[in-house]
Amino acid sequence: MKLTMDIMKRHLQLLMMVLAITLMPLSLSASESSGQEGEMDVKEFIFEHIGDGYEWHITTVGNTHVSLPLPIIVYSRTSGWQTFLSSRLTHGESYEGLRIATGGDYKGKVVETLPTGEEVRPLIDISLTKIALGILINSLLLAGIILYISRWYRTHTYRDNAPKGFTGVMEMLIMSIYDGVIKPSIGKDSERFAPYLLTAFFFIFLSNLMGLLPIFPGGANVTGNIAVTLSLAICTFLAVNLFGTREYWKEILWPEVPTWMKCPVPLMPVIELFGIFTKPFALTVRLLANIMAGHSVILALVCIIFITHRMGAVLGGSMTVVSVLFSIFMNFLELLVAFIQAYVFTMLSAVFIGMARVKSEKSQNS
Amino acid sequence: MPDSGLLFWMLLSFGVVLFVLAKFGFPVITRMVDDRKRYIDQSLDAAREANEKLANIKQESERILMEARNEQMNILKEAAATRDQIVKEAREKAHAESQRIMEEARLQILKEKENTLREIRFQTAELSMLVAEKIMRHKLEDEHQQMELVERLVEEAQNGMAKEKKD
Repeated sequence: MKLTMDIMKRHLQLLMMVLAITLMPLSLSASESSGQEGEMDVKEFIFEHIGDGYEWHITTVGNTHVSLPLPIIVYSRTSGWQTFLSSRLTHGESYEGLRIATGGDYKGKVVETLPTGEEVRPLIDISLTKIALGILINSLLLAGIILYISRWYRTHTYRDNAPKGFTGVMEMLIMSIYDGVIKPSIGKDSERFAPYLLTAFFFIFLSNLMGLLPIFPGGANVTGNIAVTLSLAICTFLAVNLFGTREYWKEILWPEVPTWMKCPVPLMPVIELFGIFTKPFALTVRLLANIMAGHSVILALVCIIFITHRMGAVLGGSMTVVSVLFSIFMNFLELLVAFIQAYVFTMLSAVFIGMARVKSEKSQNS
Repeated sequence: MPDSGLLFWMLLSFGVVLFVLAKFGFPVITRMVDDRKRYIDQSLDAAREANEKLANIKQESERILMEARNEQMNILKEAAATRDQIVKEAREKAHAESQRIMEEARLQILKEKENTLREIRFQTAELSMLVAEKIMRHKLEDEHQQMELVERLVEEAQNGMAKEKKD
């Protein structure tokens, strides 16, 4: 925990520094040459890269955008289910009354125009967006890797020598999480919860690493998206509360505190019930903020190059060196963060599950 | 706000991955590594036990060797004692035997001697009888002398009988 706090603090410091560096020339350039063609909007650039989209932008060569169009799957109020490629909606074109909003509340999202002229989101939008595709790629990769190494265990017995190479590395990683995090936190029932916790760990770790890759199939900011972290936190929430023992619920609804704190006004139960929901919320936000901050910092550092080059070759050249050095440093830091955040998420989930598996002292003694 | 479409995709794919890996992935791996761990522990225990056994066996064998050596010494000692005794007994026996043989020989010799003496005596008596006969024949040519001798013989014989009765 302390480590995470340190890293978050460090992130914050770096972010401040980078923002100071990036915003200064931005304001300068804004005052000097506002409205110029080709001016760079750093904020939009960063949010476009760490956000979601209906197409997977790979690169831009000259003025041609090379991107992967992705399927849009929506249920429209007027025309029912619609499935088509996002290439039909580029440059603000509309298809079957659907288009991608360029501004307003739903900027960048598919909207439909009602007969009244109002623009609303379709009822259901399960388009395979950039991050959704990233989730699928990471899931397939994860399943592939784990099933690949588990084949070794199917074809060998425990009397054989330990595996070498990639399988050996994965075994070391899996067992360090299993023995170092899951077993101490959960104890007796660890075998039951280990598959979920290990899947969560490797999903987060793999997604973090894939997010650090700059081009397709990496680069989707999967673990920096609130829907993803929220889903993972919901899974932990379910694992904690569905398998909570009677003692766990007793400690929440009727904790051992003086009676006036729980009888006329259920003060402690309310606080405890609130705590049930703050735990997954903390899990959600911690992972999201860490990964998003890391990506933002790296992108901001890259932006420095383009911004300072407008202000002169000397400044641009020197800042390029600084920016590249910082980017390299940040990438290494992000590698560390990729592991630490996956580890922290798994550890906290395991601790929460372990806390919900408490046995009363009577049954422990018997 | 979290996007509902993304939530859908995430929960779906994560759920599927979780199901697949919980069924075919992680339990296989963790169970086997646990088994291997247990197996290694057992093997270590077995090795330790075997070492202890080996040490015990070594001690045992040394003890047995010592015992065997002692036994050997005892047997040798006993054998020597037996041999000495046998030799002694044989010697004693031989001595006794020789003694007996000597005794027998002596007795034989004594007997032979007696026999010889008796024979000599007998022959001497015979010879003297012959000589005496010849002398008597020569002397008892007259009657008188014959009577005198008879009387004397009778007397002698009576004396002899009386003497025998007395005895």
